[in-house]
Amino acid sequence: MEYHLTLPVVKEDIRKLKIGDIVYVTGGVFTARDEAHHKMLQKDKTLDFDPSEMALYHCGPLMKKEKGTWHVVSAGPTTSSRMEIFEDEFIKKFGVRMIIGKGGMGERTKKALQKYICVYTSYTGGAGALAADKVEEVNGVYWLEELGMPEAVWLFTVKDYGPLVVAMDSHGNSIYKQ
Amino acid sequence: MDEASIERGIVSLIKKAETELPEDVIVALKKAGQIEKGVAKTQIETILRNVDLAKQSQRPMCQDTGIQTFFVTVGSDFPYISRIKKWITNAVKKATKEVPLRPNTVDPLLDKNQGDNTGDYIPYITWDFVDGNQIEIIAFPKGGGSENMSKLGMLKPGVGIEGVKDFVVEEMIKAGGNPCPPTVVGVGIGGGADLSLKLGKKALLRPVGKRHKDKMIASMEKELIARINKSGIGPMGLGGKMTVLDVHVEKAHRHPASLPVGIAVQCWADRRATMIIHHDGSWTVK
Repeated sequence: MEYHLTLPVVKEDIRKLKIGDIVYVTGGVFTARDEAHHKMLQKDKTLDFDPSEMALYHCGPLMKKEKGTWHVVSAGPTTSSRMEIFEDEFIKKFGVRMIIGKGGMGERTKKALQKYICVYTSYTGGAGALAADKVEEVNGVYWLEELGMPEAVWLFTVKDYGPLVVAMDSHGNSIYKQ
Repeated sequence: MDEASIERGIVSLIKKAETELPEDVIVALKKAGQIEKGVAKTQIETILRNVDLAKQSQRPMCQDTGIQTFFVTVGSDFPYISRIKKWITNAVKKATKEVPLRPNTVDPLLDKNQGDNTGDYIPYITWDFVDGNQIEIIAFPKGGGSENMSKLGMLKPGVGIEGVKDFVVEEMIKAGGNPCPPTVVGVGIGGGADLSLKLGKKALLRPVGKRHKDKMIASMEKELIARINKSGIGPMGLGGKMTVLDVHVEKAHRHPASLPVGIAVQCWADRRATMIIHHDGSWTVK
């Protein structure tokens, strides 16, 4: 099946997705890699954005600032398995419904996807130029100075971002070979 | 000799490597697209669309523009040998702003990003010296996701060459979708720990689809390709027939007690570009 989803999504939208489905997504996404996961899980202070309304994108984008405005140059997914040590806690704490990454994740995340109704989707690794063209707007950046460009949290609005493959669904299924 | 011109040349070398995939890799990806079906085919199609867009818009095909890695072959009669490292380092800093490149050099102790793709030992340059009066520079930007799947095995010589092949196949299956398959795998056998890994990485410079001139090694490469692709891991680990585009093997003589096997993994974005600097400072990027 092919779906076109607009964020934020509700549990029912996620439940209908099965491994092998194709998804195109429109709406808000935030990037978070190892350092950002670590930071967001540690910080007690409230965030200026609501992660539950956005897709979590495992991505360290290549950005360029022109005339004071940030533009995306290339922004494909990074290897998701690095975030395995954080992800179940992250899903629990922030209530994210959709993860975009590549390469797949492990057992802990698989269980959390099922328990908290979330889905892991795969975008084609390395397809950074194509992905950048789906970003309509850069809405902000957090911890840029401290973490550097790849590890900072970037907020994007994307349009028809995909094709994403549902690789781990909320029913305990994974497309990846064990 | 115009140093500014040479540095501009190296910037254009880096830009070419980051934005234009070599033709041999494109041919291999197109073949892979014909073999695959369904979701796997979608991955290859997306890759090829991305490759076209990157070239046409002159943007890096992948946001991970890699650790700036260069293989430099120096003709020992080239008159400005002592300047080469400086040219490359300056060009990397310029390319970071102009191409642009993602700042990818982090101090491992301080976790601080240097911001300009240089740092301790980086850009990483491998030097080779030959007769002649010109310089060849191969730019080989190396991404982190595939580099993380590198492996060193200090095998027991008793396991023999069959043990070497099993080790490579098992490690590539373990790597799964992480290194952005379909990958190109470089295998170095023998030497010591560091030399085996170095040979593995140097093996990646060989064009995709080109077999080793030694028939025994060539047949080993074919066997490894077939066995890894039989795993079914497929493009991006989503299942399919093409897990590797190619496997390249190189060997060095080993110590009687050691059988080192170094595996260097390259994602589908097997980025390479070559530049020649002539003795008078004129240059060409191909």
